[in-house]
Amino acid sequence: MPELAPVLTIAKLTMWEASRRKLLIAVLVLTLVVVGATGWAFYQLRYSNGPGGGAQIGEVALRVLAAQVLIFVAFLFTAVLALMSVLVAAPSISGDVESNLALGLLARPVRRSEYVLGKWLGLAALIVLYAAGSAILELIVVDWATGYVPPRPIELIAYVAGVGLVLLTLALLLSTRLAGMAAGFIPLACYFVAWVGGILGGAGEAIGSQELIVTGLVSKLLLPTDGLWRAAVYAMEPASVVATYRAAGSAIAAVPFAATDGPPPAFLVWVTLWFAAVIGLTLWSFRRREI
Amino acid sequence: MVDLQERQAAAATAAASPAIHCVELSKHYGRTVALAGLTMTMPRGEVFGFLGPNGAGKTTAVKLLLGLVDPTGGEGWVLGKRVGDVPVRRRVGYLPELFRYQPWLTGAEVMRVHCELARLRRSTWSDEVDRALRLVGLAGRGRDRVRTYSKGMQQRLGLGVALLGSPELVFLDEPTSALDPVGRHDVRQIIHHLRERGTSVFLNSHLLTEVEMVCDRVAMIDQGRVIATGTLDELLSGSACRFRVTGLDPRQRASLSSFGDLNDDGEWIVILGLPGERVPEVVQEIVGMGGRLYAVEPRQQTLEDRFLQLLGEGGS
Repeated sequence: MPELAPVLTIAKLTMWEASRRKLLIAVLVLTLVVVGATGWAFYQLRYSNGPGGGAQIGEVALRVLAAQVLIFVAFLFTAVLALMSVLVAAPSISGDVESNLALGLLARPVRRSEYVLGKWLGLAALIVLYAAGSAILELIVVDWATGYVPPRPIELIAYVAGVGLVLLTLALLLSTRLAGMAAGFIPLACYFVAWVGGILGGAGEAIGSQELIVTGLVSKLLLPTDGLWRAAVYAMEPASVVATYRAAGSAIAAVPFAATDGPPPAFLVWVTLWFAAVIGLTLWSFRRREI
Repeated sequence: MVDLQERQAAAATAAASPAIHCVELSKHYGRTVALAGLTMTMPRGEVFGFLGPNGAGKTTAVKLLLGLVDPTGGEGWVLGKRVGDVPVRRRVGYLPELFRYQPWLTGAEVMRVHCELARLRRSTWSDEVDRALRLVGLAGRGRDRVRTYSKGMQQRLGLGVALLGSPELVFLDEPTSALDPVGRHDVRQIIHHLRERGTSVFLNSHLLTEVEMVCDRVAMIDQGRVIATGTLDELLSGSACRFRVTGLDPRQRASLSSFGDLNDDGEWIVILGLPGERVPEVVQEIVGMGGRLYAVEPRQQTLEDRFLQLLGEGGS
């Protein structure tokens, strides 16, 4: 059975490594720039005539508009988070094995399972910290600029972080067998395919195509990123927008920036099982890897 | 009380057990045989040289003994515990061959990470790190990032990491491969120091002269099997004589093998296992065949002589 102490040591080392890399600093600087730029844009939404010029649109319309712009900004953040998750996880284990660093670590009283869990925990903590930090900052800026706060901010952060964690977990699994480039490319490609799969599934619902609905469902089950993204979208929509979408009928399901319902509990259970299964597969794969 | 006695008995048994003992330990990668069946015993407190040509299975053997790879067959014990036992690694140090530490960490930080992984008491970390840095000649460079270290300094750092916590058994896989002559001398001094302290050192090396200088006991492997093992005195009991000869054709040179195992590099002919009283007979034979003899140097057999002799026997 894995022990906690070595898991935490490897997790700390993993976070330490990332914090010393230029990638994290670049992402943090870029995030601050984007938050600043979007803050300015949200400010212009409210005061379209410039500072102190007075609101040109009503409060309800402004909230709807702010919600829509926020969804697109969140999509941008999610894409950056997805890319970052893959970039930090893909070379994580394979790099240690190729450089023989893993030999030195695993010759200590550290089980392979503890090494893998430590890697996952350290990277996951980084991704969750970044997702929560950047999202809270952005939401504060949006609130300051427009007075709009999405209805379910905690769920929003959890689902966006979930997208990053799914891709991080998949990249770490591949990192036990593949070199960094391949282990990074495959999850990113799957992320985009799942995105398209979600759109196809929604289109299937709109036109009543069972085949497309099944396609969407399968893609959502295999890689639950699109399902989590839709859940995040729902967390950002004001009640009035949700009501409008529901009134619009099933056609709205094909739009990846709109959601009429929150994630079903069964989907959240599936996501939990998906994490357990992929982490279990990662442990098994690295246990059998010759180093 | 019984429990205490049992534990004391177990501790006494473990202390009396060899540093390493293995029986037919083997590793196959598919159809490729990396280690055919390693059987050997390494007593405690000795410097044990593990020799073999490239591809003989030396590094595979080290990885098996450290539990880094699973054996395909056979059994092994390290410090009285079965190969693969995780807690025993607290008492073992390891310097891998061709490794790279985290370049973003300082040398002292690398060592602190290993102190933590080795489960050393936190209060001892600073002293352990300072001692190890001093021992390997990196005092004053501990605060520098590893990326600024030369290859030789990284090798010294690796050696220091392997010695953290005063392990009972240290595996050194080609420890002098990246070092200059001064560095090699320093490593030899460190190994002598370890032996004086009673540490068992498993030295995996292809540098035979180095091994000859520091090892008490040697195992030679070829094609994944031990072909000879013993103390240096036991292995190098034979004498040898070398002759600088010209004027003989290859067939004539080869005919000298009737006197002993022959090692002919074109200029010098070394005859292994040649008793001193037979040297005049060889001289007579060379001159009789029309050869011109420039030098005759009787000497004690070296590890290299013995190694080549054994490889020759294995191949013939």
